[in-house]
Amino acid sequence: MPEIDLGTTPLRELNAALHRLSPDTNESHWIVDHPEGRHAIAAGLAVPITVEINGPVGYYCAGMNKLATVLIHGSAGVGVAENMMSGFVHVTGDASQSAGATGRGGLLRIDGNASSRCGISMKGIDIVVKGSVGHMSAFMAQAGNLVVFGDAGEALGDSIYEARLFVRGKVKGLGADCIEKEMRDEHKQALHNVLERAGFDGQIDPDEFKRYGSARKLYNFKVDNAGAY
Amino acid sequence: MCGIVGLFIKDPALEPELGKLTAAMLATMSDRGPDSAGFAVYGKGQKGHSKLTLRSKSAAAMKETAKRIGREFGKAEITLHDTHAVVSIDDKSLPRLTSWIAKESPETELVGSGKRMALFKEVGRPESVTERFGLETMSGTHAIGHTRMATESAVTTDGAHPYSTGSDQCLVHNGSLSNHNNLRRVLAREGLKIETENDTEVAAGYLTWRMREGKSLGDALKVSLDDLDGFYTFVVGTENGFGVLRDGIACKPAVMAETDQYVAFGSEYRVLAGLPGIEKARIWEPEPATVYFWER
Repeated sequence: MPEIDLGTTPLRELNAALHRLSPDTNESHWIVDHPEGRHAIAAGLAVPITVEINGPVGYYCAGMNKLATVLIHGSAGVGVAENMMSGFVHVTGDASQSAGATGRGGLLRIDGNASSRCGISMKGIDIVVKGSVGHMSAFMAQAGNLVVFGDAGEALGDSIYEARLFVRGKVKGLGADCIEKEMRDEHKQALHNVLERAGFDGQIDPDEFKRYGSARKLYNFKVDNAGAY
Repeated sequence: MCGIVGLFIKDPALEPELGKLTAAMLATMSDRGPDSAGFAVYGKGQKGHSKLTLRSKSAAAMKETAKRIGREFGKAEITLHDTHAVVSIDDKSLPRLTSWIAKESPETELVGSGKRMALFKEVGRPESVTERFGLETMSGTHAIGHTRMATESAVTTDGAHPYSTGSDQCLVHNGSLSNHNNLRRVLAREGLKIETENDTEVAAGYLTWRMREGKSLGDALKVSLDDLDGFYTFVVGTENGFGVLRDGIACKPAVMAETDQYVAFGSEYRVLAGLPGIEKARIWEPEPATVYFWER
């Protein structure tokens, strides 16, 4: 199991070594020590390995992640798991702004709070936040699920497209075209599935959540016009 | 971009380390602001005395001016720091000294004044700026600092932060203001002298103006949320501590850490990573549009 100390090894060396790995590598579990808030740690991974980072990371950690599992034992700076394609990223502390921004797939779990713009422009990623999320979360969210155990800040889901937002606590305010929606069985099932994948199987009751989504008035797609595209 | 740092010591045992810790924080922020750097250090005050920070075009010119001040004001204590000098003088002689500087040495700039604050700024890599001024050896209760990546005005010493906003008070800023030209005209009409094209100097002048109208610093910061258009994280140094304010959108970063020994501010967590006991610190991001103060 390779163990890299970023106090002595340059970050570029670590990332280059991770990028060189082939999908069938035997070096499938990496440990990273002393991250000390450095930026872009383990960004751009494309093979099914696990990277464990012991301590707080800076910006864009695990950005563009594909297939890999990245465990951050600490807090994360701006844009953790931004543009993630697949895989799993787990932050045991808090996350700064724009966590999971533009993510296309995979699962991001944050055990603490996430700051403003969590899930901004999300396009299929699932994000589970045990704490609360800041203002303008899920701004222009297009697809995927944002699950918040705590509260949401101002302007949740502003200009939202088709993402699903589940919040257990209070919502300070909804953004333009974002409304509370009925929580039907299919939504409870979808929420249950996300919680199960995030490691909360049976611990959290989907009934305690409210669902928010698009009123579909702001983006003017009409299904009758589908042929025109 | 720009980087800002602040360190407020709670445990007096750490006071001798203030300069060293602040210098390391500024060096880390070189990545966010390699053009220029500046900092304000709140050291010991002397009862009945004021502290002025002066700046000349060169270290040689400052030395020469310091000699002349020494001859004219025998009791003044003068410490040279490269292009800057800190002058401690009894309050009675203070008005005579400031008018003497204006008349006899008009090329010398008064960059800050108060009981405890000394304020330094220059163009250059932050590491070299802090070394030139000898920040590492300075002690005190708190310090704020800035590393600049210029956007709104040229890379000059005048464009570097902090900007003095009053006695023992100064401002550093990460972000940019969109309405600084209009505000500059408003402030000029109100009789405030804005020396540079820099947007942060306008913000500093704005706070000075509001406090002159009788507002507290906290209230002046609150109303600035309505009047300053742009994005910003401000850190304001005061005689007893510092204040933090982020605009309502809060896209400019800010991370804080608190232990029994200190409260620290950084644009990024990396700034805080080298502080003693950071592993056990409470770490959080200040809320948008909320004024915070740490004082003692």
